[in-house]
Amino acid sequence: MLTVLFDGIAYGMVLFILACGLAVTLGLMNLVNLAHGAFAMAGGYAALVLVNAWGVPFLAALPVVFLATAALGALMERTLYVHVYARSHLDQVLFSVGLIFMAVAVVDYAAGPSQQFVRIPDALRGRIEVAGIGMGIYRLLVIGICGAVALALHLALAGTRFGSRLRAAVDDSRVARGLGIDVGLIFTVTFAVGSGLAGLGGALGADILGLDPGFPLRFMIYFLIVVTVGGTASIPGAFLASLLLGIADVAGKYYLPSMGAFIIYGVMLAVLVWRPQGLFGRAGAR
Amino acid sequence: MTAAPEETARRQLAGLARWRPAEIAFWALVLAAYAVFPQRAALIAEVAVVALFALSLDLVLGYAGILTLGHAAFFGWGAYVAGIAASRGLGDPTLGLLLGGGTAGVLGLLTAPLVLRGGDLTRLMVTLGLATVLFELANRFTGLTGGADGLQGMIVGPLLGRFEFDLEGHVGAAYALAVLFLAFLLLRRIALSPFGWALRAIRANPLRAAALGIPVRRRLVAAYTLGAALAGVAGALLAQVTGFVSLDVLSFQRSADGLLVLLIGGVGWLYGGLVGAVVFKLMQDLLSSLTPQYWQFWIGALLVVLVLLGRDRPRAWIARLRRPAEGAAP
Repeated sequence: MLTVLFDGIAYGMVLFILACGLAVTLGLMNLVNLAHGAFAMAGGYAALVLVNAWGVPFLAALPVVFLATAALGALMERTLYVHVYARSHLDQVLFSVGLIFMAVAVVDYAAGPSQQFVRIPDALRGRIEVAGIGMGIYRLLVIGICGAVALALHLALAGTRFGSRLRAAVDDSRVARGLGIDVGLIFTVTFAVGSGLAGLGGALGADILGLDPGFPLRFMIYFLIVVTVGGTASIPGAFLASLLLGIADVAGKYYLPSMGAFIIYGVMLAVLVWRPQGLFGRAGAR
Repeated sequence: MTAAPEETARRQLAGLARWRPAEIAFWALVLAAYAVFPQRAALIAEVAVVALFALSLDLVLGYAGILTLGHAAFFGWGAYVAGIAASRGLGDPTLGLLLGGGTAGVLGLLTAPLVLRGGDLTRLMVTLGLATVLFELANRFTGLTGGADGLQGMIVGPLLGRFEFDLEGHVGAAYALAVLFLAFLLLRRIALSPFGWALRAIRANPLRAAALGIPVRRRLVAAYTLGAALAGVAGALLAQVTGFVSLDVLSFQRSADGLLVLLIGGVGWLYGGLVGAVVFKLMQDLLSSLTPQYWQFWIGALLVVLVLLGRDRPRAWIARLRRPAEGAAP
């Protein structure tokens, strides 16, 4: 029982890291980037190359993965995404779906269609018992890293100068520009951090979620569920939604395996019927 | 004298509904293609199915402005209903179309209240979720749907009790084109009716439409239901002309294909779906023979490029050929 809860929390934490970048671009920048999962997949495959092929220690590979996907995100934002900010949601959907198709085909071409596994060191493979709860060390590590990132992200958005500039740039980019805020740079940095976090999540979660070329499509719906259920306006909302969905999904697969995949949609539909703007959404939020 | 403005409006609408030479030429070309390429009958039937699916999506997305990522739900539903009916002895094609389209319409009506809640994002989510749930259901209930192997044992009876489906697909292609044409006539009628103009007004500005006295919600529910029913017909048509149904009729790929077809041809313009379907299918045919495994990459690249170039551009070229009134209020 408590073990299921523990696994659910670990799963939810990974979901949060994967989805929080999307929560920021969707909720704050009002950009429907369905291809967010492609950045997560890029992170997963980057970890695969670093750890399995080049022999970089797993923990040392994580920051590299973050930086690499963040750089990829910044590049994509500058060259491609910058042109679709002002477009309709439909255009953004089509654009990002196109990117997904390309990413899936490229990975299929480069790494083959089969599922891949990042080699995790044996030291992280063990389990420990605390008060009768069996906890995988790897999952404990995931919870630790993701929890720290979540806290840092919330503090950065709510409490720093950059956070308030971002919010100003989003609320009224013309006035923000008039005040001397470099809106373009802020959007690039935000997008890059979001992509980097997605990559980190992809690397950390490869063991829990699996890694194959279908990843962006398979998890697109999960990310969207996290963001819509959490309400697009807040990081804490996305965090609680991730935990809720992670626990519900793991518990569903554990106790009702025949119902497994439906539980998460059930939770989503229930929440959306109850509150169309999400759990923590503001009615007027964009 | 009070009836005069209404009379004028009616005459204006009737004027817009007149058939133009270019439209007649288009359908003549379609007929010619069927006559000239008898060996490509299967491809023609597929194009007709994709075009019909795109038309139904255009009603929902292009006219009513409802952003959906899960239109394949209704397509797949129609395909499975018609397929299961045909495998259980109800093989009459017309009956299959009615069953597939009718039940898909009911499904659309039932889910419309859910879809119309919230903003664009919630709609994306709910429509995508709905299609995924149906996909999972079809995958799970192998007894009914055949699961991942696809539905086996469909026996489609002769068309109208007289024309047997032949192996070369000539009857199938003619049948698919006929259904497409009838559906097109219906949609054309709808798009140029007061109902169609009300949808356009709602898409442009829901608040203003409501202030003008248009019952926004009822119109949107009606458009969504109708779009669902037509997508169901398209699915049923595919099941009948190919004699096979597999899980891919419910896949996200199917919904995305519909969006791509509209993107190529132009949204909110009925011929957009038709032209887009022809271009899309020919391109898919060509690309999948050049790079069998990775044609998706090129489809994706095309989506990205078309969005970046601006998807209104190809349509603007064609718009010059059309009457100005329709171009002004798409």
